[in-house]
Amino acid sequence: MNTPAAQQLARQSRRRFLADIARSASAVGILGLGLGLYSRQSRSLPATAIRPPGAGDEIDFQSACIRCGLCVRDCPYDTLKLAQPGENIPLGTPWFEARSIPCEMCEDIPCVTACPTGALNPELTHIDDARMGLAVLIDQENCIAFQGLRCEVCYNVCPVRGKAISLTPQHNERTGKHAFFIPVVHSEACTGCGKCEAACVVEKATIKILPIHLAQGEMGSFYRLGWEEKKKAGGSLVTKDLQHEYNLPEGQSYDYEGQGLKMDDANESSPFGNNAADALNRGFR
Amino acid sequence: MATMTPVELIGKAAILQKGWLRAHKWLLIRRFSQLSILGLFLLGPVYGLWILKGNLNASLLVDVVPLTDPYILLQSVVSGHLTETTAILGALIVLALYLLIGGRMYCSWVCPINIVTDASMWLRNKLNIKSSFSLSRQARYWILAMTLLSAMVTGSLVWEAVNPVSMVNRGLVFGLGFGWMIVLMIFLLDTFVSRRAWCGHLCPVGAFYSLLGKFSLLRVNAVALERCDSCMECYAVCPEQKVITPVLKKAGRIDSVIKDINCTNCGRCIDICSTDVFRFDLRFNNMESIRLTENNSHKPFNKQPQKREVLS
Repeated sequence: MNTPAAQQLARQSRRRFLADIARSASAVGILGLGLGLYSRQSRSLPATAIRPPGAGDEIDFQSACIRCGLCVRDCPYDTLKLAQPGENIPLGTPWFEARSIPCEMCEDIPCVTACPTGALNPELTHIDDARMGLAVLIDQENCIAFQGLRCEVCYNVCPVRGKAISLTPQHNERTGKHAFFIPVVHSEACTGCGKCEAACVVEKATIKILPIHLAQGEMGSFYRLGWEEKKKAGGSLVTKDLQHEYNLPEGQSYDYEGQGLKMDDANESSPFGNNAADALNRGFR
Repeated sequence: MATMTPVELIGKAAILQKGWLRAHKWLLIRRFSQLSILGLFLLGPVYGLWILKGNLNASLLVDVVPLTDPYILLQSVVSGHLTETTAILGALIVLALYLLIGGRMYCSWVCPINIVTDASMWLRNKLNIKSSFSLSRQARYWILAMTLLSAMVTGSLVWEAVNPVSMVNRGLVFGLGFGWMIVLMIFLLDTFVSRRAWCGHLCPVGAFYSLLGKFSLLRVNAVALERCDSCMECYAVCPEQKVITPVLKKAGRIDSVIKDINCTNCGRCIDICSTDVFRFDLRFNNMESIRLTENNSHKPFNKQPQKREVLS
């Protein structure tokens, strides 16, 4: 079967075979590229969508979560829900909205125990270590504490009370005699549970949970806080100031405690008096 | 010998011969299976009865046994996540089950989309729709490869953003949102664009599960080929037509068992056959090899004792 005609036929069928493969691969490739593009768009969540405790980095989470909803089922407060089609959150992944139902920070963290893949990190055993987001007092103009009212609701509902939100008294210059009690969030203790946002008494919350990457800035690695460095080093890091030495004429000295220039012979009677300045100003009299 | 049944008469003969119930036996059991799996998922949230918790991607059976869809776990692993033992154990259990009963039983006995595409097929036959647009049955394997590759490249479960199978199951259990749109898309595709387009040509979930059907024990067996009257009704209802051909060859049939990995064990061919050619069977019960041994046993050796009996 090695006639030229047979060879021609084999060539043709091989060509058709390759063309078929190329066609299938291209069609599916186009589909894949479209999917890839779509997935890139849903990489960043809407700022109000908060992940459950232990979710960690969003990109890692999207590869680890298999969208089974077991965390949602084991959440005793119906905080968590699965993203539905049309919600602009990767489909089927768990999230919550702090303003509607915040995380109650269960001590046994049932959502994390329920996760079969470790998308919610099983190493998270102490709920105070969770970092779901960070509370930000985002609108000072509408926070009533900044108007001088004693609100302090966010401070009082905070599950890590006194640590994640503290109250800083500030002088109220308008009245001249009162104090503002300003809520201040501390990132080293805030878990991002959202109870402050849910409890905020005004129409639209002025304190909000944001994803940490939105809420937190970064100082730059070259900054050194002198007082911190001093604490770390156990003492001052710069050389001590030397006391200035005055080269004064005989009979004069300098008092560092506040008297300044002194005449040692001040008590002896002299035609010029005991004030050194008198001698200098004599000509102007 | 009867000739090919016209489309509008498909199923009539079986009903006449066996009665409506027996002519829909496996279809009914299958629908019951699909709906009760969905029902078990819903018992928890609706009545607080937690027999099956989660969804088809991963679940917990009676709060003890983990079950994980091996396909989604594979996507998660290739996208770069080192998964936990619970998920792996769950996937092994599911793998073992489908290796035993045939991977694509997932399609016809579990998957909620199957109800949609079966409805499409029913409507196609009712309206006698013939569309010429044809897809390759291999397309699904390309798409399967694409879903894994895109998970690897993007580091995210990209396919899960559009997967109708998990979307519909999850939607019915957790809230559907705009998920009905994808159901409608598949319904329109299967009804008007191409016959059995989704389940039979495109779905990578089915493609993945078909790979688990290589050695499955449970199979459809054409045990009584001599009764076949070539009405072709089994072809008409089979969602994966090609799988039947080898076992219905009148001449040169070597295997009576449908061993194609894409047979979904749906049992429609068993139901629709008015002469009961098919039945569910174990994959080893090949009638051809049995017939061969029977033929052999009649020939040289076993006949001799008979002769001796006569002689004695």
